Amino acid sequence: MILKALSEATGVSGNEKAVQAIVVDAIRDHVDEIEIDAMGSVLVTKRGTGAINLRVMLDAHIDEIGLMIVGHESDGYLKFRPVGGIDARLLPGALVQVGDDRIPGVIGLKPVHLLKPGEGEKVAKIDALAIDIGAQSDEEAKGLAPVGTYATFKTEYREFGPTVTGKAFDDRVGCAVLIELLRGEPQPFDLVASFSTQEEIGLRGAQVAAYRLEPDCAFGLEGTIADDIPKEKDVSPTTTLGQGPALTVMDRSFIADRRLLKLLVDTAEALDIPHQFKQPGIGGTDAGAIHKTRAGVPAATVSVPCRYIHSPVAMMNLNDFDNTVRLMRESLARLTERTLERERK
Amino acid sequence: MKEVIRELVEAYGPSGVEDQVRDVIRARVEPLADEVEVDALGSLVVHKEGTGEGQRVLLDAHMDEIGVMVSYIDEKGFARFTTIGGVYPLTCLGNRVVFANGTMGVIGMEQKGVDLKKAPKFEQLFIDVGATSREDCPVSVGDAGAFVRPLFAQGTRLVSKAMDDRIGCAVLVDLLRRLEETELAHDLYVVFAVQEEVGLRGARTSAYGVDPNLAIAVDVTRTGDTPESKPMAVELGQGPAIKVQDSGMIAHPMVRELLVEQAKAAEIPYQLEILERGTTDAAVMQLVRAGVPAGCISIPCRYVHSPSEMVDQRDVENSVKLLLEVLKKP
Repeated sequence: MILKALSEATGVSGNEKAVQAIVVDAIRDHVDEIEIDAMGSVLVTKRGTGAINLRVMLDAHIDEIGLMIVGHESDGYLKFRPVGGIDARLLPGALVQVGDDRIPGVIGLKPVHLLKPGEGEKVAKIDALAIDIGAQSDEEAKGLAPVGTYATFKTEYREFGPTVTGKAFDDRVGCAVLIELLRGEPQPFDLVASFSTQEEIGLRGAQVAAYRLEPDCAFGLEGTIADDIPKEKDVSPTTTLGQGPALTVMDRSFIADRRLLKLLVDTAEALDIPHQFKQPGIGGTDAGAIHKTRAGVPAATVSVPCRYIHSPVAMMNLNDFDNTVRLMRESLARLTERTLERERK
Repeated sequence: MKEVIRELVEAYGPSGVEDQVRDVIRARVEPLADEVEVDALGSLVVHKEGTGEGQRVLLDAHMDEIGVMVSYIDEKGFARFTTIGGVYPLTCLGNRVVFANGTMGVIGMEQKGVDLKKAPKFEQLFIDVGATSREDCPVSVGDAGAFVRPLFAQGTRLVSKAMDDRIGCAVLVDLLRRLEETELAHDLYVVFAVQEEVGLRGARTSAYGVDPNLAIAVDVTRTGDTPESKPMAVELGQGPAIKVQDSGMIAHPMVRELLVEQAKAAEIPYQLEILERGTTDAAVMQLVRAGVPAGCISIPCRYVHSPSEMVDQRDVENSVKLLLEVLKKP
């Protein structure tokens, strides 16, 4: 399963080359053109049979959230800042890997024995934390991990039944879906794809990728929030694991094109593919940047629900993955110029 | 003009589902234009060819309005919702919404744990469409609702749920009607844009497509003329407000001057507008491609983003006049 390699690769926003290499390797024999653009995104063209005159873009982002080393303490600790949406509550005690050589480290914290009353109830500020790689001096620490070095969580990919855990499913699972789609038969139309960089810090790679690829419509492929853990009350659930691909109607970055959304829903209903709607109004993805490029691009986003995203370990269901691939494949098979015609009353 | 206004402000069109508004406008402007096109995100682009001696001018008003979107339907058939654009919880309670399929609903509030002295949180509100279960609920997750209020006119005041920005659309429709027999030097593109309320999205892509030399948005702005209102030097009935700046843009001085000069020359009352919070489509239009000189004519409007937005008809008519004067200038 390529998801294991993708999940365990390190690729914090701005330093995605390890993921780039896995992607290029996986699709090389199945597509017509591969290019690394100015922002580091992998741009792909898979020419169609020419029967339908459309350019359809698929996007998944190859970056993940992480940390960046910004300084060193005299006793060898590494000071860091978050890259993307890091939850400070999850940092103390986390295992990390620092730099391209994956130097193991741990984000240290005061032992429970030494806490003053009440101190244990507060979340440690990121400023107060440091990564311990066992260095003895700032000299040694600077040599091993100079300012600007990236760090990520150290998490192995594990499968148990249809459930899998690992890091960076946001959005390596989208990358895995996209790879599957590119390895399929050519479509009647040209497929263009972007494995985009720097989504987690502002949808940056996809913005210029879409400008370059100039598609007629676009689908974002994501790993999205599933907050289906036990709670007292939930008036608007996000998504639920095991209930199929999540379709976005509206998030903070875009409103899905109603025609593409209809194509996805009609396809799912016709073929009995389980699917769900992501809670409207939350999150933001590459489609937000893509749909605003040039004179506009109708866009939709299809996601695999993932629990605990933006944490050291996320959980997802492989049935959701398979159903996402299937829904996308079947929807693309039904996509024609007519899909993008507008009704007029 | 009042008939156009009524038809436009009562139409249904939260951001992303502007189809009804677009159809209303299209039916009215198609006979008046050389070319009418719906662009990739759904904005209506109306082209009236010039003689080739003028500029490429883009006039913009947005078709969408704020609203709500169903986010969950519980087992009793009550719909929880999120907001589309800047909706305030204070103006939700007891209000009515309508969905694209005609279903009406009222907004109710949880009773347990609610402090009636405080504005409710959105999580405490729900839409009641009269359903008894999830199965018989006539709306689904993702359906968009718009607030319901008919237009009323009293004296020169007009009140509706969607003056922002159907009144701008009405100004541009009326402008096109008045230009029917006129040969313009300028190549005129009138854009009725989608998705302004969720982030000025439609105007950006439409302006990219049109590639104008000059862009003017027509939108509403708030006023400082109600009891104990926050200070703002714009009043209802004192003429169109010519934008100086807002929190998203500084109007190009050349565009601002052009508007002021034309208003003065034609003796059209006007006000200058500095808006501390909020912006318009002009903010993104000025930044497309290599940049576009952009400005904005704002129609003063009380109670913006409430279901009862109030404008003055004289300001509306004067906005049309001002645009006519601007387009006459080479």
